[in-house]
Amino acid sequence: MTEAEAHAQPAGLAHQFGDLEQQQSAATLGIWVFLVTEIMFFGGLFASYAIYRWLYFAAFEGGSHVLDIRLGATNTMVLLASSLTMALSVRSAQTGNRKATVIFLIATMILGGIFLGIKGVEYNQKFVEHIVPGLDWSPEGTVLSRLAPGGLEHAQIYFFFYFAMTGLHALHMIIGMGLLLWLVVRAHKGAFTASYFAPVEVVGLYWHFVDIVWIFLFPLLYLIGGRY
Amino acid sequence: MSQHIVPQRTYIFVFLGLIGLTMLTTGVAYIDLGPLNTVAALVIAFSKMLLVVLFFMHLRHSGGLIRVVLLAGFFWLALLIGLTMSDYRTRSWTPAPDSWSSTAPPTHP
Repeated sequence: MTEAEAHAQPAGLAHQFGDLEQQQSAATLGIWVFLVTEIMFFGGLFASYAIYRWLYFAAFEGGSHVLDIRLGATNTMVLLASSLTMALSVRSAQTGNRKATVIFLIATMILGGIFLGIKGVEYNQKFVEHIVPGLDWSPEGTVLSRLAPGGLEHAQIYFFFYFAMTGLHALHMIIGMGLLLWLVVRAHKGAFTASYFAPVEVVGLYWHFVDIVWIFLFPLLYLIGGRY
Repeated sequence: MSQHIVPQRTYIFVFLGLIGLTMLTTGVAYIDLGPLNTVAALVIAFSKMLLVVLFFMHLRHSGGLIRVVLLAGFFWLALLIGLTMSDYRTRSWTPAPDSWSSTAPPTHP
């Protein structure tokens, strides 16, 4: 074997791996381990949410009542659609269809942008109604004023959770959008083939995870208010 | 493994299922089921998560190692939430004696 043959390796293969399949397995395992740490990261918030919702049940229902269920449901569907386009983008990369990969990645970014835009409208509403905990908290004009004495303070805790959980989720979305942009550039340049597409797969798994977090945030934040 | 290529229509059916479940969970929120409202919301959210994990995240075609990693994650999450809640919910079962009150002056022999 000559020197040149010894170093000839498929595009995208790092030298520590035997072949592309082994590299892809390592990358997939790596992102799953990372996602488990993310489960625990968000899990801390979900656990404290469970405690405070149990302690201040009425105030949490009242706080949930203030949220706009239509915007929340719309955003859920937008995010699910972005997961679909992400899955289709990974599939296009698997089949070596460069153009479809790029188009589906861009569609995913657009849907992610719509989600963040609607989220921004919702955040703005909170400032207009003065129900931003800590910064601008005077909810006397909202339905929250019907809460029992002391309930307003507890509702403030609900909105701390609302902003912390949706804010952390939105931060993950923004990071995901950056990763998608990087993928669009690389995919457009033809960096991915039917045998080397691990980055698309890995970012896709991350994006679906962020979608799952929202799948739980939507009922826990928006739907607990008892709209009947 | 991850090389398995799923037909396009599978993804579209899964997506339609997810949209249907979203409409279902939103609709159920308008019906008074008492405590079952929360149970229904969580069961539906869990079903949606399974759809995303199994199909979009390819767990159906992933190896055992990845399943073990994911199950370990859920196990630790269950410990985190389960043990924390069991602490909070059982604190009132055995009230601390008055003599343990923190306002009582410390007694040193």
